[in-house]
Amino acid sequence: MSADTEKMTNILTKYEGQNSLLIQALLEIQRQFKWIPDESISIIAEKLRVPKSRIFRVASYYKAMSLKPRGKHIIRVCLGTACHVREGGRIMDRVEEVLGVSESGTTPDMNFTLERVNCLGCCALGPVMVIDGEYFGKMEIGKVSELVNKYR
Amino acid sequence: MGKISSPAELDKYRQVILKKEDPAKPSISICAGTGCLALGVQNVIAAFKDELKKHNLQSKVNIRETGCPGFCEQGPVIVIRPGEICYVHVRPEDVSEIVSLTVAEGKLVDRLLYTEPVTQNKVTKESDIPFYKYQKRLIIGNNGLIDPKSIDDYIVLGGYQALAKVLGKMTPEQVLEEIRRSNLRGRGGGGFPTARKWASTRDAPEKTKYVIVNCDEGDPGAFMNRALMEGNPHSVLEGLIIGGYAIGASEGFIYVREEYPLAIDNTLIAIEQATEYGLLGRNILGSDMSFTVIVHRGAGSYVSGESSALMTAIEGMVGEPRPKYIHTAIEGLWNKPSCLNNVETWANVPLIINNGVDWFKATGNEKSKGTKIFSLVGKVNNTGLVEVPLGTSLREIIFKIGGGIPKNKKFKAIQTGGPSGGCIPEQYLDSPVDFDTLTQLGSMMGSGGLIVMDEDTCMVDVARYFVDFLSDESCGKCLPCREGLQQMKGILEDITQGGGKKGDIELLEALATVMIDTSLCALGTTAANPVVSTIRNFRGEYEAHVNEKRCPAGACKQLTTYYIDPAKCAACMICLRNCPVEAITGARNQIHVIEQSKCTKCGTCYNVCPSRFNAVKRISGEPIPQPIPMKQRAIAGRKK
Repeated sequence: MSADTEKMTNILTKYEGQNSLLIQALLEIQRQFKWIPDESISIIAEKLRVPKSRIFRVASYYKAMSLKPRGKHIIRVCLGTACHVREGGRIMDRVEEVLGVSESGTTPDMNFTLERVNCLGCCALGPVMVIDGEYFGKMEIGKVSELVNKYR
Repeated sequence: MGKISSPAELDKYRQVILKKEDPAKPSISICAGTGCLALGVQNVIAAFKDELKKHNLQSKVNIRETGCPGFCEQGPVIVIRPGEICYVHVRPEDVSEIVSLTVAEGKLVDRLLYTEPVTQNKVTKESDIPFYKYQKRLIIGNNGLIDPKSIDDYIVLGGYQALAKVLGKMTPEQVLEEIRRSNLRGRGGGGFPTARKWASTRDAPEKTKYVIVNCDEGDPGAFMNRALMEGNPHSVLEGLIIGGYAIGASEGFIYVREEYPLAIDNTLIAIEQATEYGLLGRNILGSDMSFTVIVHRGAGSYVSGESSALMTAIEGMVGEPRPKYIHTAIEGLWNKPSCLNNVETWANVPLIINNGVDWFKATGNEKSKGTKIFSLVGKVNNTGLVEVPLGTSLREIIFKIGGGIPKNKKFKAIQTGGPSGGCIPEQYLDSPVDFDTLTQLGSMMGSGGLIVMDEDTCMVDVARYFVDFLSDESCGKCLPCREGLQQMKGILEDITQGGGKKGDIELLEALATVMIDTSLCALGTTAANPVVSTIRNFRGEYEAHVNEKRCPAGACKQLTTYYIDPAKCAACMICLRNCPVEAITGARNQIHVIEQSKCTKCGTCYNVCPSRFNAVKRISGEPIPQPIPMKQRAIAGRKK
């Protein structure tokens, strides 16, 4: 058993037999691994006793879950309405330029994944971007490249 | 702390905590909500702890990490009591001065006081700041007074007294009657009478029933529920338990979206503490009532905020709505009768029980009683959370509390009701904000997001933005919503990029009619609202885009060019230095020129050009003037 498989099995043991907790189980796998690895799906199916088809349906529907591996650093640019009217879209354009990937993309070196988020509830500080859970409010286009480069 | 086994014991316990608290002991309340955390308040808190230790004051001064009081624009915000001295934009380097002057000697640090933007007056007390002064903060007011991680803080303020009253002195029928007489209506946007919902679930034949808190605040631009759930979780929990008692449910769920990690944490802590105190679990406060609460994390889906979709999500499925001929009040979660209310609705319940129906009905207008929390954001000076009596006018909210539009720009519209709402133009600003009036204006109050737009906002682009958002979030179950939004998105993208064709506006209107008439759930039937309301109120802007390929607001990138007016440029180097792609040429004493081939139209030069020069222009629908010849670019001695 690989280390990852063991970790997954440990995480999922507490959900044993409780198929209504499928979303919570997937979220926990997502939190620990930053994505939902293929092998976790078989373990979930077995532990929670749900068909794989349902797991794929749920995992592909919800935005918080990713069936593709993601980069080391997750950059989320908020495009909620308040950020939009404060030109959050142009912040997104600039991050895309700096990283060389578009929305939902991952850089080839697997260092960054860029995501759009539809409101983080920090509307008063818009435009907002988040890198690895750290919030950066009142962003300016001119500050993007310096900020992103700190994580390179 | 063991279990509290009767209402009298709860009261006794409250007296014990009160006795321990010395009202004269100075306290520093620091906002530790998501907004201030984003501004780095954790460093301010650490600095205060260090500084108090240095002065040997750590046992003489309380530090309270509170929820969000709502004035996010000015964050990090702190309030020092007694005296209610409010400091704004506090940084770690200000802390030592605050401790040595204000805390130790009672003197003010002038530069940290709030300055009124118009009069330049300094305001000392939090409640005298106009942003707070014109609000009526019945629900959100306690956020700044308590540590959301401390149940004792909530109990000191009279927390769980309503629950004690209900369990000790009232029958479930009496509770229901009280809520019915208060005319409390759903704060999530529907405005449906809360008591009628409760009664349907209560009267449904099935014995097992559920009560649910909807904290899936998916509307972009709204964060009232986040602030309440993370800032005062016990108030929501108390309302939920009372609802459970009235309805006859012994299990409750709190659905919180995963984008709100702090709200999830604080809710879990609140549940744990309430269970420890015997306010949840078996035989609550010695009564026959047993009640447990489970937190369900959302996983990022806008549609899951719809009541039937939310229940499907709790069951562990894809959160898609069901047709509404079966009411969730009768057949909801696991096909059992389920009563779902918004965070703010639940938080109103203890207030009504404690203060009585007449007190509650004294606030608000004829058909909409009580207060409502709004998130006032966008192009407005004082952004943040605003709680006002229902029926307050939009103008009062934007100009009196919000302080008007920044940089003296002109107000254009206010967007209310989230993606399913609409944009309200200037001529309706005196309308009262309540459940019914905004619907008549073609928008809706919704859950309370108010997004202010100024002359720089393009209304066609706003419609495109919402349609893009909704097409991304549409669950895809019914065709009119799924395909209608895709088509609208394509048309609107064309229009904003200069490819609009004659007949496009009429086609959008026709599509909207079909979507309104035939979509399955409320999200689909209202999804066309942003398009319909912007066409109705701002048709001229659509026509300028389609007929003249011009964006009057200068916001649509493909239709706009940036140009530096040589007559106004003072060669100050500011735009040149800030341009992220080095598209501006020039030097000191040499007029700056934008190289159009390099320009990415990010708008930085427009935003940074000092207003005294105002040299950067946005040109749309007309040719760009040729750059002036190099030899004419030198300027000498022009005033800077």
